[in-house]
Amino acid sequence: MEALMETLMGNVDWAEIGWASWDTLVMVGMSLLFSVLIGLPIGVLLFLFGKRQLLEQPVAYAILSFVVNVLRSVPFIILLIVMIPFTVLLIGTSLGVAGAIPPVVAGGAPFFARLVETSLREVDRGIIEATQAMGANVRQIIFGALLPEALPGIIAGITVTAITLVSYAAMSGVIGGGGLGDLAIRFGYQRFQTDVMVITVALLVIFVQLLQMAGDRLVLYFSRK
Amino acid sequence: MIVFDQVQKSYQVAGRAIPALHPTNMTIETGEVFGIVGHSGAGKSTLVRLINLLEPATGGRILIDDEDITRYSAAELRAFRRKVGMIFQHFNLLSSKTVADNVAFPMKLAGIYSKAEIRSRVEELLARVSLSEHANKYPSQLSGGQKQRVGIARALACRPTILLCDEATSALDPQTTQSVLKLLGDINKELGLTVVLITHEMDVVRRVCDRVAVMDAGRVVEMGPVSEVFLHPQHPTTRDFVFESENIDRNELQEDLQKAEGRILRLTFKGESTYKPLLGSVARESGVDFSILSGRIDHIKDTPYGQLTLSLVGGDLEVAMQALEAADVHVEVVR
Repeated sequence: MEALMETLMGNVDWAEIGWASWDTLVMVGMSLLFSVLIGLPIGVLLFLFGKRQLLEQPVAYAILSFVVNVLRSVPFIILLIVMIPFTVLLIGTSLGVAGAIPPVVAGGAPFFARLVETSLREVDRGIIEATQAMGANVRQIIFGALLPEALPGIIAGITVTAITLVSYAAMSGVIGGGGLGDLAIRFGYQRFQTDVMVITVALLVIFVQLLQMAGDRLVLYFSRK
Repeated sequence: MIVFDQVQKSYQVAGRAIPALHPTNMTIETGEVFGIVGHSGAGKSTLVRLINLLEPATGGRILIDDEDITRYSAAELRAFRRKVGMIFQHFNLLSSKTVADNVAFPMKLAGIYSKAEIRSRVEELLARVSLSEHANKYPSQLSGGQKQRVGIARALACRPTILLCDEATSALDPQTTQSVLKLLGDINKELGLTVVLITHEMDVVRRVCDRVAVMDAGRVVEMGPVSEVFLHPQHPTTRDFVFESENIDRNELQEDLQKAEGRILRLTFKGESTYKPLLGSVARESGVDFSILSGRIDHIKDTPYGQLTLSLVGGDLEVAMQALEAADVHVEVVR
């Protein structure tokens, strides 16, 4: 049995795998946090500035929408490289787990913002109208009606974003980002250690599965429709 | 009192102003149930939303108790809206809040009520609309009629003086419609609040309204007490609505009338005269023979009425008509 493991997974350093998994978890967790913190307000503004919405602002909408589109249309692998000087400016290094977070957020926040905008648009206009008719101001409409009503959609958006961030975080291994992606590139790809590659991919698949399951449960829990 | 003084509303579509409401004058008295009836697209939805300025007017003045609400600042308008309850065709309840939290919502938004006040008011309102045992359910667990009753409780939460009903019964089945209309009528009587109700069903108007305005293509084409408008419709649109509500096929009716002999009269009985044994005695006195071509006995709000179409042969027609009119029966000569 041990001999079999040795031949099949001779190159696998389990401690290394453990650390890399932890790094991936930290990268995804931190960048998800910042993506939500930055993406949620942008998504709300995109919704409010939109056509026939509460704070209709065609110019502001066009500018915000353009920035979001630019960030979303740059292939992530290029965004990783383009972001290097900003990342160095922001946190002093572009390497390791910390260095990977800014580019991952730059990719994740605009993505999440669009998902928030879409889920807010799904809220029945009648509910906004009813809340207005009660004498609510814009802030009360957003926090009292729009966000609670869109919550299941927003949670589903967070799940999708988290899964996207797993792949972004893995890709950041290319610029020395750390985590499972880094391991896969350095050992699995550059040193032809197929066993390492297989293990990292398997771990990423499990990670994504767990995220999706947790997200689906939360959506179900918060759905009242 | 709600006064519309040359109020108009138009929408800008591709640079052109499309009128939704032509300049309109109208007065709705305090404490009455005022119906606005019209086909979809006639402008009734716009009209009702002008009363709380969910749709801003593009001209004219809207006076609520002598204050011109079109001049209100944003903050004044929000304070004013708390005194105007509104219920909707599709209820527009928040699906993420329980029944009790939906009813509490306008009070929380107002920010002037204590938690204890809100709790006791919600209990009181839910009891009033017979939903106490559903307080902790979510709207999706309720039937349409129950949802609308939550809507009514929510609309009443901040003790409004005006209640706007936007097609409030159009999504409900006939029985539920009846119970919701009864609730609205009771609330109007108990609280003395002004109810403005828009609908495309004349039957709804007949059951609860005191006065009615009929709208067609962005204009009020007829307005008056429901019994007047309902029993003696003048405008073609009003006639359509009345015939529709009575399930009368106009072509069929014409054919029936053509087959009948002699003079054809339409008699309208209202109030007390509805129950008098009049026709027999009139026939004996004047010597006319009559046959009934169509008839209907019903109520307009609380007033009973009857409408009969008769063909009369022989005898002294003049005497018959005088006797009928003397007994407070409205006589219309159809042919």
